[in-house]
Amino acid sequence: MTTTVLYTILSLSILGAIMAVILYIVAQKFKVYEDPRIDEVEDALPGANCGGCGYPGCRGFAEAMVKADDISEFNCPVGGNETMKEVARILGQEMEEKDPKVAVVRCNGTPQNRPQTSQYDGPSTCAIEATLYGGETGCHYGCLGKGDCVEVCEFDAIFMNEETGLPYVIDENCTACNACVTACPNDIIELRKRNKKDRKIYVSCVNQDKGALARKVCKVACIGCGKCVKVCPFDAITMENNLAYIDPVKCKLCRKCVEECPTHAILEVGFPPRKKKKEATEKQSAESQDKAKN
Amino acid sequence: MITKIQEAKVLRTFSKGGVHPAEQKLSADKAIEKAGLPKQVSIPIAQHIGAPSTPVVKKKDQVKAGDVIAQSQGFVSSNIHSSVSGTVAKIDQVIDASGFRKPCAVINVEGDEWADGIDTSADLIRDITLSAEEIRQKVLEAGIVGMGGATFPSHVKLSVPEGKEVDTLIINGVECEPYLTSDHRVMLERAEEMLVGIRILMRALGVEKALIGVEHNKPDAIAHLKNMVEGEEGMEVYGLKVKYPQGGEKQLIQALLDREVPSGGLPLDVGVVVHNVGTALAVYEAVQKNKPLIERVVTVTGKSLAKPANLLVRIGTPVKDLIEAAGGLPEDTGKVVSGGPMMGKALQTLDVPVVKGTSGILVIPEKEAKRTPEMHCIRCSRCVTVCPMGLEPYLLKQLAQQERYEELEEQSVLDCIECGSCSFTCPAHLPLLDYIRLGKSHVNQIIRNRKSK
Repeated sequence: MTTTVLYTILSLSILGAIMAVILYIVAQKFKVYEDPRIDEVEDALPGANCGGCGYPGCRGFAEAMVKADDISEFNCPVGGNETMKEVARILGQEMEEKDPKVAVVRCNGTPQNRPQTSQYDGPSTCAIEATLYGGETGCHYGCLGKGDCVEVCEFDAIFMNEETGLPYVIDENCTACNACVTACPNDIIELRKRNKKDRKIYVSCVNQDKGALARKVCKVACIGCGKCVKVCPFDAITMENNLAYIDPVKCKLCRKCVEECPTHAILEVGFPPRKKKKEATEKQSAESQDKAKN
Repeated sequence: MITKIQEAKVLRTFSKGGVHPAEQKLSADKAIEKAGLPKQVSIPIAQHIGAPSTPVVKKKDQVKAGDVIAQSQGFVSSNIHSSVSGTVAKIDQVIDASGFRKPCAVINVEGDEWADGIDTSADLIRDITLSAEEIRQKVLEAGIVGMGGATFPSHVKLSVPEGKEVDTLIINGVECEPYLTSDHRVMLERAEEMLVGIRILMRALGVEKALIGVEHNKPDAIAHLKNMVEGEEGMEVYGLKVKYPQGGEKQLIQALLDREVPSGGLPLDVGVVVHNVGTALAVYEAVQKNKPLIERVVTVTGKSLAKPANLLVRIGTPVKDLIEAAGGLPEDTGKVVSGGPMMGKALQTLDVPVVKGTSGILVIPEKEAKRTPEMHCIRCSRCVTVCPMGLEPYLLKQLAQQERYEELEEQSVLDCIECGSCSFTCPAHLPLLDYIRLGKSHVNQIIRNRKSK
């Protein structure tokens, strides 16, 4: 009895030892050298694997950064400056601060503003609707309202508003990973510079039709009148294809254009309520001019 | 009299898949009527596959019916002619049957004057005097495109590239789409002219054999054509088993000749060129009568429509005029479709103009227009059974949904002819074709990017 146990233990131990040696040799022979910094960098990244950087997941991004000589062109939109600083420290490089961004939905075509003209009955995704026709309303540029952007968001930062039929962004959650921007077939969502207190001024329209046509299908469409371009003291507004665009970097949030817009296509978000109209604008313009001079 | 079982044995058809939707040929016995002239037409500048044409008229220009208003650009492109006489009101973006705004020449109709040189008489001219090259040129100038719906420029199909040999011309009189009867009426009423058209096509291609395929649900057309081709050398008429999508050219070639077009190939690869009966008629008119393609037969039909009809319509006429001519839009209308119920496209507005590829306008009542709610795939494989191209629609849909485009390409998604048999037959009402189409467009994009690199 005891001998059987002994033999068993002995033979298995010998077998185990031999296997261990073989495994060791094989492991040495087929060893792949991997830069240990890749793991470090990957640990420093948020691990969301969202693809916002343009690489397949955080691991892929880490490999690319370790391989590159200069990481100043790289950016992790989710982690932002802090993460990139940490990565730069690991790789022994310097990192410039980049402006944080936030997704902005540039359409205000609620059912009241933009009445429905037809009914789409196909699969509920914007991607398919966009290949079939211009959408349920007369506007062929605006939001289709099927929520492809909500579907792709990994951070619970964008939702559909049932009443307006439009998506809205929760600024605190948005990491500017770009997923919703690529998912939107009509290119309505844009990543814009994040301002203090999440204040925003933007043209909430992407309609490139001539004014009369755009106005006909949507009450709050940009009609390309150019008033905002004239009133802007910072040359931040450009007009292309009957559509105004406010450069988020040049814009100093003076709000002059908001008042000027005849169709209320320019929206201001996150500002305190205005004081008396005249005073406020004068004060602001003075302030903004001061700022500009400085 | 042959029984059903015998019929199944005797009649030819394609081998893989296919479905048989209710035929509903409501307007089959309605003779072709000339539709009244509209007040205004909007003629899309691009009505064909390939490069869009460039407009050669401008606002306030006077045009006559048959005048060129847009010149073709490049080889795969086609001329566009004015279908009416009048004044050009504007060149503007108008929503067409594709659902998107396209540049259109909007013409206010004044009188009905035809351009010089067009023979508008009804005399039949049998003698073909032109050479193959001259015929191709005439077809190109007349702006003839495939009138079955795909609108591929016909002169391209008549130019056989070096190294390829064509031995058979197939004339597609299948009209497998339910409801549509425009080709059926053309075969019954314009057979003589059509046969001359076929002779012209045969000469242009240099072939000795032409086969006309007609589905067996049009016995009168088959009998009439069989009668007509007697004594015509090289022409034969075949009755085919009723099965959708037999009108697809690849399916028709297999049904008639038992040749299979290779994946990604063209009918030319198996020595065949396929033309629609409507195209044959248009070719006759272009070559013998000098008349460009400015009108076509359109079936206006629907269960609740008062007077379903086959109308001879000028290109550019708004759809609402046609529906008016057929007794007005019924109250219970849910959808108006351009084309047949299987492959047609729902229209967004009734101002959409008739184009060269509009074979029918179908009014669907509300209760039939709605899609049934989606359920889960139960792996019954019916979609695989009915796919005439031997694809696996359930798989293609999944791959497209998951954005696995490379695998999608390997699964030959580009062979899909978008006949809709899979969606039609799916017991779970899955929108199979919708996703496959989405996948196709992505795969096409990927291939284009690869080529441009």
